[in-house]
Amino acid sequence: MAAITPNELPLSAPARAPRAQLQSPTAFLPLWGWGVFIALLLGACVVVPLLALAVPQGSAWHLSPYWVGLAGKILCYAMVALAMDLVWGYAGILSLGHGLFFALGGYAMGMYLNRAMTAASGNLPDFMQFMQWTQYPWYWAGTQHFAWAMFLAVAAPGLLAFVFGFFAFRSRIKGVYFSIITQALTYAAMLLFFRNETGFGGNNGLTDFKTLLGFPMGTAGMTVALFVVSSVVLAAMFLFARWLVRSKFGRVLTAIRDAESRVMFCGYNPLWFKLAVWTISAMMCGIAGALYAPQVGIINPSEMSPANSIEIAIWAAIGGRGTLVGPIVGAVLVNGAKSVLTVSFPQFWLYVLGGLFIVVTLFAPYGLVGLVRQWRMRRG
Amino acid sequence: MAELDWRAIVYPDTEAGSGDAGAAGYGHVRPAGLDTSHGVALYLDDISVSFDGFKALNKLSLTIGVGELRCIIGPNGAGKTTMMDVITGKTRPDEGQAWFGQTIDLLKLREAEVVAAGIGRKFQKPTVFEDLSVQDNLELALKADKRVRGTLRFRLNAEQRDRIEEVLGLIGLHDQAARRAGDLSHGQKQWLEIGMLLMLEPKLLLLDEPVAGMTDFETDRTAELFVSLAGRHTLMVVEHDMEFVRKIAHKVTVLHEGSVLAEGSLEQVQADPRVVEVYLGR
Repeated sequence: MAAITPNELPLSAPARAPRAQLQSPTAFLPLWGWGVFIALLLGACVVVPLLALAVPQGSAWHLSPYWVGLAGKILCYAMVALAMDLVWGYAGILSLGHGLFFALGGYAMGMYLNRAMTAASGNLPDFMQFMQWTQYPWYWAGTQHFAWAMFLAVAAPGLLAFVFGFFAFRSRIKGVYFSIITQALTYAAMLLFFRNETGFGGNNGLTDFKTLLGFPMGTAGMTVALFVVSSVVLAAMFLFARWLVRSKFGRVLTAIRDAESRVMFCGYNPLWFKLAVWTISAMMCGIAGALYAPQVGIINPSEMSPANSIEIAIWAAIGGRGTLVGPIVGAVLVNGAKSVLTVSFPQFWLYVLGGLFIVVTLFAPYGLVGLVRQWRMRRG
Repeated sequence: MAELDWRAIVYPDTEAGSGDAGAAGYGHVRPAGLDTSHGVALYLDDISVSFDGFKALNKLSLTIGVGELRCIIGPNGAGKTTMMDVITGKTRPDEGQAWFGQTIDLLKLREAEVVAAGIGRKFQKPTVFEDLSVQDNLELALKADKRVRGTLRFRLNAEQRDRIEEVLGLIGLHDQAARRAGDLSHGQKQWLEIGMLLMLEPKLLLLDEPVAGMTDFETDRTAELFVSLAGRHTLMVVEHDMEFVRKIAHKVTVLHEGSVLAEGSLEQVQADPRVVEVYLGR
């Protein structure tokens, strides 16, 4: 049979936007790309404890707990960005409510930490004393057990995502409509958690954490330990996400994003694929939230504010959707810049963030990772 | 709305799942899946569809035999695409019957179930998964476990690899296997989509304007491909390109205003004064 050469292609091939010349966003990083990333994370697990704990305070090499704590917090944001990439970058489902799942994980950890405080001091948390409660409400049952609290941190966001996703995807709600509903969902949850009667500390949230698994909080050792755990968890999540998107499951997700009707006519039911990745993503956010709460020492309803969830989408867009590494890079850069800029020019931060988002959307649809790829392709 | 149990989908040619065999009780054991023992692949009877008072299909009746290659022609708005929508469960008719073989009532199935029953459809506008490679596109269409867990564990075996190679050869995209599908030419995308249908191993292929946008060379190749597929598969081709129809068709059905106007060989229908009137107008 005759092979078709490009010369014989029809001249009337449809005109294509220039971005189609970019490499496919589902193409994977070269081996060194993700290898370097994992090596960096695991290397930090060795170097950071050394610099923060073994090097004496006066030395130029000493790393202050402030920076370690900040880095640990940003790693949690990176996990959320990674979870966002699975649903948005691969399955094309833009969630503007991921902050909710993150906060739920944080609250589960906060419940355990409050319980630990009660176990040590015999006092209920301040907000409960304020409302003249004499004991923890029934839904706090079992949270004195670390394992149960951690189960809740994963199961609560997972269950909520599953139920919400099932009805939304079954009704074939897509695109911007879906995004708006997720935004409303996190807003409604925020209002619920703002109420004192809800039993999660109202607008102050849960705070006053004293010990974690018997170790005192707020020490340099604890800060470093939480950083190391966050690094390892992020590395594990990354490898898991990579396995997921490289499987046929991941290719079905990409296919759903690009031509859902064709996926159906190939004999797949998109509902279960969307629901699976959506639920997994929410659970990853829950884990991130559980690691976040002890590092910042507080979890409150502002984490559920719509603006927070939108920011998560911006990290992913800036770093590069559908690349796994991109959103992590985006989360680190944006939050790093935020930490610096909000100290020096607090009033300009939102303008910088908004401006960055517009520039990336207009000039780099595949984000920073896309730019790097474009540059490499132009060279080679 | 009743939820479909995806585990229960049985491909027509597999042995499992013939739980209701014999339940029909008309003197013969009803085989599982597709039964075309009377030589009929598709049977449409008195199908009517109206959209806001406009009759897209008007008592349409059509029979296609097993292994036939049938061309459907007709002016714009004759109801060709609506007919395909009815067959594939996308549109429900107001009245009428649609049977696939003797035993499968198409009006009771949803899109993915229609596919599982053995009907593949090519859309008018080529729809391939643009961000995946040509090979991945075919792999997704491959007959395999299409539940979530099945795709997580999926590994191509040698037999499946051969099948993909075979289809790549059939559609002339062997050299392009690793290319991103979105970078293919329009004609190549059409072929890829046809290839994806073949991967599904359907008994009946519905092809909506398969050669639109193809070069003469590509059109000729497609004609050869279709002629070679007829017999093993049943094909129903909607096409405007008369040159193409002449090359492939044994039997042509002319649709007009939602019902069959004429049927026969291309020469016969072209000589039919009613067809001439519809096409040329008065």
